[in-house]
Amino acid sequence: MNRIDCTFARLREQGRKALIPFVTAGFPSVETTQALLPALVRAGADLIELGIPFSDPMADGPTIQGASERALAQGMTLAQVLDLVRDFRRMDADTPVVLMGYANPIEAMGEERFVEAARDAGVDGVLTVDYPPQEAESFAARLHEAGLHPIFLLAPTSKPERADEVARLGGGYVYYVSLTGVTGAGSLDVAEVLARIPALRERTGLPIAVGFGIRDAHTAAEIGAAADAVVIGSRLLEAIEGAAHADEACRRAEEFLRPIRRALDEGVAP
Amino acid sequence: MDYHYPDARGHFGPYGGVYVAETLVPALEALAQAYEEAKRDASFRAEFEDELKHYVGRPSPIYHAKRWSETLGGAQIYLKREDLNHTGAHKINNCIGQALLARRMGKPRVIAETGAGQHGVATATVAARYGMRCVVYMGEEDVRRQAANVYRMKLLGAEVVPVSSGSRTLKDALNEAMRDWVTNVHDTFYILGTVAGPHPYPEMVRDFQSVIGKECLWQMPELIGRQPDYVIACVGGGSNAIGIFYPYLEHESVRLIGVEAAGEGIETGRHAATLVAGRPGVLHGNRTYLLQDEDGQIRETHSISAGLDYPGVGPEHALLKDLGRAEYVAVTDEEALAAFHALCRYEGIIPALESSHALAYAAKLAPSLPRETVLLVNLSGRGDKDMHTVAERSGIRW
Repeated sequence: MNRIDCTFARLREQGRKALIPFVTAGFPSVETTQALLPALVRAGADLIELGIPFSDPMADGPTIQGASERALAQGMTLAQVLDLVRDFRRMDADTPVVLMGYANPIEAMGEERFVEAARDAGVDGVLTVDYPPQEAESFAARLHEAGLHPIFLLAPTSKPERADEVARLGGGYVYYVSLTGVTGAGSLDVAEVLARIPALRERTGLPIAVGFGIRDAHTAAEIGAAADAVVIGSRLLEAIEGAAHADEACRRAEEFLRPIRRALDEGVAP
Repeated sequence: MDYHYPDARGHFGPYGGVYVAETLVPALEALAQAYEEAKRDASFRAEFEDELKHYVGRPSPIYHAKRWSETLGGAQIYLKREDLNHTGAHKINNCIGQALLARRMGKPRVIAETGAGQHGVATATVAARYGMRCVVYMGEEDVRRQAANVYRMKLLGAEVVPVSSGSRTLKDALNEAMRDWVTNVHDTFYILGTVAGPHPYPEMVRDFQSVIGKECLWQMPELIGRQPDYVIACVGGGSNAIGIFYPYLEHESVRLIGVEAAGEGIETGRHAATLVAGRPGVLHGNRTYLLQDEDGQIRETHSISAGLDYPGVGPEHALLKDLGRAEYVAVTDEEALAAFHALCRYEGIIPALESSHALAYAAKLAPSLPRETVLLVNLSGRGDKDMHTVAERSGIRW
């Protein structure tokens, strides 16, 4: 069974919500990411989204763009991203890792080679931002065959039939984009997100993760009241930016995530 | 030839498509639907044609560059004078079409990306013409290279936003425009300037620009009693080239040649010759040829001409290359500059540096061909915007 499925099954039994931090691989350095992955788990992460840096991250706001540029300047490659997952797997056999990135680096490696290498490294799911379902039939099939989940985005503007497509092709969880904008934007409307989730549940049995624009513990807890998971990326990268060394980045990440973990577990006061 | 592209989902054979984040999919579907309805609507087509005639000044003439042809001593060169359009380039054709569509869709705000500034100026122009708010994204490097066009856009009431991410050129401006669109999609129409991007842009921009080739189809017989032997156009994203090629696709005796920017030379790596030296991948919402490194990161490009300085190319050009219906070549900065100066001196026409690439290839080709051979070159824009660049290259203070 895929680790993502195990994780959501366990959390459901415990009546808890998943905390999903996102970090860009190689930001600010390969060593930092290496140390960060287990630190995120220590701080309460249930699943980790690891960003594959790309030169033209069209769906990302300034924070993740900047992180990608920094990582690429360090010479980060997709092969090295997979090495990071392999190293992490030696220490942690249970926490699922989802790679998140853009199509071109994956295609440059070759879809088949990438899927094989990702499975061997211990990756559990792949979210390719610029592969909407209609362009991803064959890639999704290949991932399923290897036991990996193709994870798709849904947006506030998506028509209801899009959710059916995602339910048909996708696995693991649905990543619901909480706003019409880029990652890290600041205009998340909690009430609107909460209102959309029941309709989504009617169309898919997959767990629902909400991301893009969740910036603090309070919002995370509010979203967690209806969703199965919250994703936090840009704010986390901002927290570790400028850390002098890997240890400090880990300390800052843990300090940032712990209150969010706590808020998710305690929920919001009615 | 039996040629019906794109298919219903925007694919040109293996190229094209809709490779965007889900947040943009609904906007693109709405746009594709609005465009389908508009192009079947006779009143939309009539208004487009009326604007092209009275506002843009179409049809643009075809001019026989006799003195230059004599000097080259071979084939006769004819120029399709898109440089004579209002705003000085072919870009306005597409902007009129998309602005009319924006108005039809009830969007009061338009945005655009620009490289050389020609598309930005054309967008600012139509925004003023139709009373729309306008924001133009332009790479910082291009803002520096094309200061005159930046000022023109501001005069026309547009806000110009310099983009400082990535290589600070056209590709980054396109990323930023897409980010604006995804954020403001409720009231904003993205006027994309070239035949790249996600479906329906490559098809829609081609259709609006096809007016260029359609006019040539009746103008050439009037001038010489037949169609030309070659049609030559420069290719960055490829909108002026598709505009003149598309109506000629079924005229199979006419050779179609797209000219890319070889910059300082293909072998130096400092160029923008995507079809000549790239390989297929996914960028900016479509699958096409790209200049990329072995890890799939998009490479920084170089060309003396900001409008050709782009690491992708329209997906229909990728298909035409694979089909062999069009051929793609590249000329260097130096060759383009030489053609620029030649046209100034022999014909009294100052061409855009982009168009100078097509001229340079015609100048290479002409001497080897008989005098009866006719080359039709798309003179896609005028060179007023390039005065600074050319003067700088010639070591002249200006």
